[in-house]
Formats: sequence, C-alpha cells, structure tokens
Amino acid sequence: MLKVIDASGLTAPNELLPIRGTALRIERAGRRLLDCPAFEVSGDGTLVLLGPNGAGKTLLLKVLANLVTPDAGIVTWAGRAPDRARALKLGFVLQKPVLLRRSTLANVMYPLAVAGVEKPEQWSRAMRALRLAGLEALADTPARVLSGGEQRRVAIARALVTDPDVLFLDEPTANLDPAATSAVEALIRSVKERGYPVVLVTHDIGQARRLADEAVLMAGGRIAEQGAADRFFAAPQSAEAKAYLAGDIVL
Amino acid sequence: MPEFASACSEALRLVATLDKGLIEIVALSLRVSLTAVLLAALIGLPLGALLAVSRFPGRGAVTLIVQALMGLPPVVAGLGVYLMLSKAGPLGVLGLLYTPAAMIIAQTILIVPIIAALTKQTVEDLALEYGEQLRALGVDALGAMQTLLWDARHSLSTALLAGFGRAIAEVGAVMIVGGNIDHVTRTMTTAIALETSKGNLPLALGLGIVLMTLAVAVTALVASLKATAAAPAHA
Repeated sequence: MLKVIDASGLTAPNELLPIRGTALRIERAGRRLLDCPAFEVSGDGTLVLLGPNGAGKTLLLKVLANLVTPDAGIVTWAGRAPDRARALKLGFVLQKPVLLRRSTLANVMYPLAVAGVEKPEQWSRAMRALRLAGLEALADTPARVLSGGEQRRVAIARALVTDPDVLFLDEPTANLDPAATSAVEALIRSVKERGYPVVLVTHDIGQARRLADEAVLMAGGRIAEQGAADRFFAAPQSAEAKAYLAGDIVL
Repeated sequence: MPEFASACSEALRLVATLDKGLIEIVALSLRVSLTAVLLAALIGLPLGALLAVSRFPGRGAVTLIVQALMGLPPVVAGLGVYLMLSKAGPLGVLGLLYTPAAMIIAQTILIVPIIAALTKQTVEDLALEYGEQLRALGVDALGAMQTLLWDARHSLSTALLAGFGRAIAEVGAVMIVGGNIDHVTRTMTTAIALETSKGNLPLALGLGIVLMTLAVAVTALVASLKATAAAPAHA
C-alpha cells in the first residue's frame, strides 16, 4: 500500500475520512431524487455505487463531495463540516470532465497551483501522475485534442496529483469504446494498488465486478443493498439487487 | 477632379516616403490609443469577470451602467474629462489638460465599458462550462476568475481589439481634452478634421489611408484570433 504521487502522503494524517452522510434528502418537482438515512465512505478499498440511470448515484457522490447541497441532511468529512481547504484532498472526476484550454501537463499541474505548490514541484508531481496514467508522451499536447479515453485519464491524473485522501470517479468509462475502457480500468487498478481509496459510480455490472471491494446498489434515490463485493455479486439479498444483477429493469 | 487626383497622389507619396509630419501624428495616435487599451484592459477584464462570476448587491445596476456606457458619445466623455481636468476642476492642479495623458484618460473611459461588457459575456459563457469542474477542483472565486480569463484569452483579445478600434477612430474626446496642438496632441483623427477644413487634402487623405489600413489590419487580426479560438485545442 504505497502512494507514489507524493511520499509525504504516507505520513500526512487523513483529513477527510470517514466521509459520512446522515439523513440526506433531495427532492425536485415532487420527486424524491435522494433519500439516504445513513451512508459512510470509510476508505477501505474500492466502493462501487451501482444502479440504473436516475437511481441517485451521481447525486449521492456530489452531495458527499460537497458539490451539491442537499435539501436536508448533514455531510461530515472526518467528523467536521466540509470546507474548501480540505476539498483539495478529495479527488473528484466528473462524468464529463472539463479539461482546461491548456496543455495536458498544464491541466495536471493546475490543482497544485490552486494548492499553492511551487512551480518545480508542480512540474515533477504532474509528470509522475501523467506517467502513472501512461500519458507522459502527450504532456505538451493541448488537452482538448486528446481522445475521449485519454481525456478521462488526464482527468484522473489531475484528480490524483494532489495526493487526495479519496478519489471519487463518476462513470469514468461512460461513452468509451472497449479498448479505452480497459485502459481507464487499468489506471483505476493501479490507483487502487497504490493505496488510494476509490469511490466509483457505474451502471456497468461487469466493471463493478472487476473493480469493487464493496458494492452498493441504488434504486429510486435509496440504497437498496450494500455489502462486500464477493457476497453482493454471489448472493444478493434484496429483490432489487437480484433483479439488477439478472439484467432486469429496476426502477 | 484633377485636384482630387493630385491630392490622392500626394497623399500616397506622404505615406510611401514616411513623411515626418505624418509619422509623428500616427505615432502619437498609436501611443495614446494603445496605452488607453492597456489601462482599459487592466480595469475592464477583471471588472467583466467579476460581473460574470460573482453575485453581489448592485451587480445588476453595475452591469446596466456598463452596457449603457458602451454607447457613450466620445464628445460627452471628452466633456466630462475636460470638466475634471480644467483649471477650475477637481483635478485641475495636475495640469493634464491638453496633454497626451488627458487623451489617454478620455479614451480609457470610452473603452472600459466595451472591454468589460464583452469580457462579461465571454466569461459568463465559459463559466457555464467550467463552473462545476472548478468547484470540484476546490478553486475559490478569485482563482475561478483568473482561470476563466486565461482560458478565454483568445476570445478576449478580440474584445481588446474592439476597444482599440473605437479608441483609434474617435475624434470628439481627444479633440476636447487634447486640443489638437501641433506636435503635442495632434492625432490622426483630429488632424484629418483640421486639415480637411483648411483644404490641405493630401495630409488628410494620407492619414485616412493609414487609419483605414489599421482598421483592415485590426479586422483581419480579429478574424484570425476567432479562427484560433475555434480550433479544437481551444474550443
């Protein structure tokens, strides 16, 4: 369990985990989009949020990351209310990551500039993150001319470069072809191996099986079932999980 | 007609031989207008970005004023600056009236609204795309403004050129606060007005040719910058 992006990450105390959501609720136009009495990201391994479109996976992820304020409920990071300073320790890759109109390298250096890191260190850390993502050859290429798969990997490298306490990935392989998908999954696996806790949203059951240590099924804004991945996939307990894993439509 | 033809050929000769009097006037015009663009950019870019991304009381009113001032008649701007800088005015002690500095102030006032309003529009559009991503990266409002201004740089340079185009072409403000003094505050536009009324058509026409050439060059530059901004790396 070694983080290679930043050696100081080994000794720095964890400032974010556990991330807890309590009594989270969001309604829009009379529809309950999120209804989650209690949820915790402990940071052990990879947590996968599964479920159909509109299940509330992305919303829960954004609420926990303090990007969306719930109508009701409380989110805490390591026991305290979220704040901007610690937001830098939460790596978030949006489903449609926006790359800045700059080079690939400048995109990955950007969060370090925000954090006030010195230029030479920005450069060396960004290059290490790009190497991890297999993108160092594209460092000087304008980020927005990269392929869809490469852009996702840049976004993951950009989220990793601050040596986050946890990495949130919202459908990191949506709209990618199989080759690009497996490249992104390989990067996620090496991120896992380096000891970064990951929370991953997907509706791809195969991807969830390949990457999850713990699985959560959401449906209709609620958590239908949660458990260790082995047990979840081998012996789902809830009707929703049984139906979802069998490929039936879950609403 | 022969008079017109000879005026034209004399004008071309003045331009082609880089006539000293003509060059002096062109140089002063460029110095005044480029300085005004620089100052207006220092004010207008942050102001536009602030209006685009922040929410503060009175923001709507400020936006309205900025947009209304885009159409500020140059003579009115000139009159305002004249009142401020004249001996009896509050800034009269500075002794700036009838100097290039007064002309720079007047032109800056004229083009700040243009640059600010165009910047607001451009930055607002980009903020729609960048907003959530910047929040996800933990960027504060000031950092977001800087990032948006930098990433919109290709589009924003056209705003600066629009400001320059207005500054270099206006005559009313520089005439009032500069006074069109030979060798001191005589710009292309004020010289054209004066020389035409005196009947000295060659110099007026020569300066007109230079102004038109500048206008074409600025337009071409805007077009090429727009093409750059639309390229995949920046779009």
